[in-house]
Amino acid sequence: MEFRYIYRGLGVGLLGGLLAFVFARIFAEPFIQDAIDYEDGRHEAQEALDAAAGLAAGAHDHGEVFSRSVQRNLGIGVGMALFGLAMGGLFVVVYLIVSRRYPNIRPRVLAALLAGAGFVGLYLVPFAKYPANPPAIGHEETIGARSGLYVTMVAVSVVALGLAVVVGRWLADRVGTWNASLLAAVVFLVLVGVAMALLPDYGHLGSNRAEFGDFATETPQPLAAPDGTIVYPGFPADVLFRFRFYSVVSQLVLWATIALAFGQLAERIAAAPARRQAQTAAATGADRPAVAEPTAAG
Amino acid sequence: MTTPVAQSRQRSISFPLTARRAALGLTALLSLLLLYFIGVDQGATSLFGSDTHIHEFVHDARHFLGFPCH
Repeated sequence: MEFRYIYRGLGVGLLGGLLAFVFARIFAEPFIQDAIDYEDGRHEAQEALDAAAGLAAGAHDHGEVFSRSVQRNLGIGVGMALFGLAMGGLFVVVYLIVSRRYPNIRPRVLAALLAGAGFVGLYLVPFAKYPANPPAIGHEETIGARSGLYVTMVAVSVVALGLAVVVGRWLADRVGTWNASLLAAVVFLVLVGVAMALLPDYGHLGSNRAEFGDFATETPQPLAAPDGTIVYPGFPADVLFRFRFYSVVSQLVLWATIALAFGQLAERIAAAPARRQAQTAAATGADRPAVAEPTAAG
Repeated sequence: MTTPVAQSRQRSISFPLTARRAALGLTALLSLLLLYFIGVDQGATSLFGSDTHIHEFVHDARHFLGFPCH
C-alpha cells in the first residue's frame, strides 16, 4: 500500500531537513549574522550621509517581529524541517509514480536517482542562475519580480528535466543506455541554458538599473560620499561565498539523506512481502507484489 | 467481477479516483502548499494581508534555501 511509502518519504524528508538545519546552525548562521551586521552598519553609514546632506532621516525602522535569537535557532530550524518535509512529500509522489512505471529499477537505485534529480532540478540549476543571497542582499522593491523569476527558473528546470528523461527513454532503445543518458543530459543543459540566457539578471531589472546602475546582481556596492570617498565597503565577498557554499552543502545533506534513508526503507518494504511469500512457498514469480496490492486494498 | 470487455470500456470513459491517486495528489498538493508558505508567502504575495509573522519567523531559512527575500 502506498501509505507505507508516503509516511516514510515524509519522515526521511523531515529528517533530512533537520540534519540540514543542524549543519546550517553550526556553519552558516555566523555568516548570516555577519550579513545582518553589515546591513545594520551600512544603514547607519547611509543615515550619516543623509544627515550630512541635510536630508531627513529615512524613517525606515526595522521593527523586529521575532528576535534574532528566535530566527537563528527556532525559525530556521522549523523552516528547514518543514522544507525537508515538503521535499520528502514531492519526492515520494514521484517515486511511487516512477516505480510503478518502471518496476525493474531497484528501490535504492531509483531513490538515489530521483533525489539527485530533485537536488539538481529544484535547487542546483535555479541556484546557478539565481544563487541564494544572505540578508542585506536584495532590494525590497524588486521582491515581486525576483520571486516570479526564481519560481520560473525552478519550473523551467523541472520541466526540462522531465523532457530530458522522456528523450533519454526514447533514445535508449536506439543508441543504448549510456549514449541516451549523455544525450538526455545535453538536452537538459541546452534547455536550461537557453532559459538562463533569456531570463534577466536580478540587477538588470528596470528599477535596479535606474537606481543603482549596470550591475548583474543586487549585491551592495561600496557606499560613497558625494566627494567620492568610500565611507562603507561593498558586501564582503568571503561572507557571500561562505553563505552560498554552505547553502549548497545543506541541500546536499537534505537530498543525500532522502536518497539513502528512503532507499534503505523502500528496499525493506519491497523485500518484506517477498520474504513472506518465500516462507509460504507461494512461488508466483512476482517480484513486486506491491503492484498487485492496491487492487486488493481498494 | 466484471467481464474483461466491460472493464476496458469502464476504464476508457471514466476517471477513476483511486485511493492511490487521491493519496498521491493530496501529498503533492500539501507539499507544494507548505513550500509556498516557507518560500514565498508574505514576501511577494501574501495570503494573510500585510502580516509578516511567517516571513520573519522562517526568515533565515528562506534566505538559506535560496528563495528571494526582502
